[in-house]
Amino acid sequence: MAHIIELIKQPWPWYVSGPLIGLMVPLLLITGNKRFGISSSMRHICAATFPSSSSFFQYDWKKEIWNLIFVFGVFLGGIITMLYLKDDSPIVVDPRLISELSTYGITDYNSIIPEQLFSWNALHFPRTIILICVGGFLVGFGTRYAGGCTSGHSIMGISMLQLPSLIATICFMVGGFIMANLILPFILSL
Amino acid sequence: MDFEVRSLDSMCINEEEVKTPSWYNLKYLVFGMMFGIILIKSEVISWFRIQEMFRLQNFHMYGVIGSAIAVGVISVFIIKKLNIKTIQGEEIHFPEKPFNKGIVIGGLLFGFGWAMTGACPGPLYAQLGYGSTVTLVTIFMAILGTWVYGIIRNKLPH
Repeated sequence: MAHIIELIKQPWPWYVSGPLIGLMVPLLLITGNKRFGISSSMRHICAATFPSSSSFFQYDWKKEIWNLIFVFGVFLGGIITMLYLKDDSPIVVDPRLISELSTYGITDYNSIIPEQLFSWNALHFPRTIILICVGGFLVGFGTRYAGGCTSGHSIMGISMLQLPSLIATICFMVGGFIMANLILPFILSL
Repeated sequence: MDFEVRSLDSMCINEEEVKTPSWYNLKYLVFGMMFGIILIKSEVISWFRIQEMFRLQNFHMYGVIGSAIAVGVISVFIIKKLNIKTIQGEEIHFPEKPFNKGIVIGGLLFGFGWAMTGACPGPLYAQLGYGSTVTLVTIFMAILGTWVYGIIRNKLPH
């Protein structure tokens, strides 16, 4: 048993984690006729708190309560992993990325989320403020404008063979490539 | 009417025909926990993995997303082919999603945000649970982004 726990604590390869994520699709469909999607949760939070601000939020969010329960579960899953399944060895990162990031003073690989960029201590640096505030805003605004995120479009939408979802996924990737290669270097050097 | 509002610009809307007791919703808590653990142990929540993906330096993220899509496509195909019902005996529907310009514009904007924060919405909740409390600010900003979209929606090209 201890051996199994040790094995689970290691980072999971893509051919284990990818199919497990894919199984969320039939699991949610068969147990409750629910279509997999995460970003909608943020719309339901708006609908629950400020419904009068826009007709876009004037619907019975309680009918989608399962989605809020699901994302609360994702949060709890994070706590469980931190407490019982944490791997304390540093994250293995491609040497090309390591050498690029070192030019911006990012050298700490002890956490899978770089604390030199994403922590309360870093929150007074302009680059961290931009990454967290502008980046966070774009995640919320962009996913709603596009009608879904990686789960709703890329996984659920493409699973239903929806061409718009394939186009959305291509746009997510194009946006990511432009940001990571052309814009992010300027932000990180601030 | 309520369903029409909810369906606006959304992939993941649901209308249950069968009424179930509210405690049945607890299963989604368990599924969410499983999803959260998978996201972290596969390192999908890592900013480094996202940077590698957008620099074509590591196959990992492509493998995760690609194999997830493959399993999803096969699952939906089987559900349709065998006309599998839900455990409550309900018919499973697959609504068409019409194309609009927001899919391109919003998609690009989300791509920017994904590369900046190193997280899409699912990983944001998982990061917070995993002890990255500053992600609370990112989540707040994402909700603000959603809210601003709702307010200016009518003025945006769709």
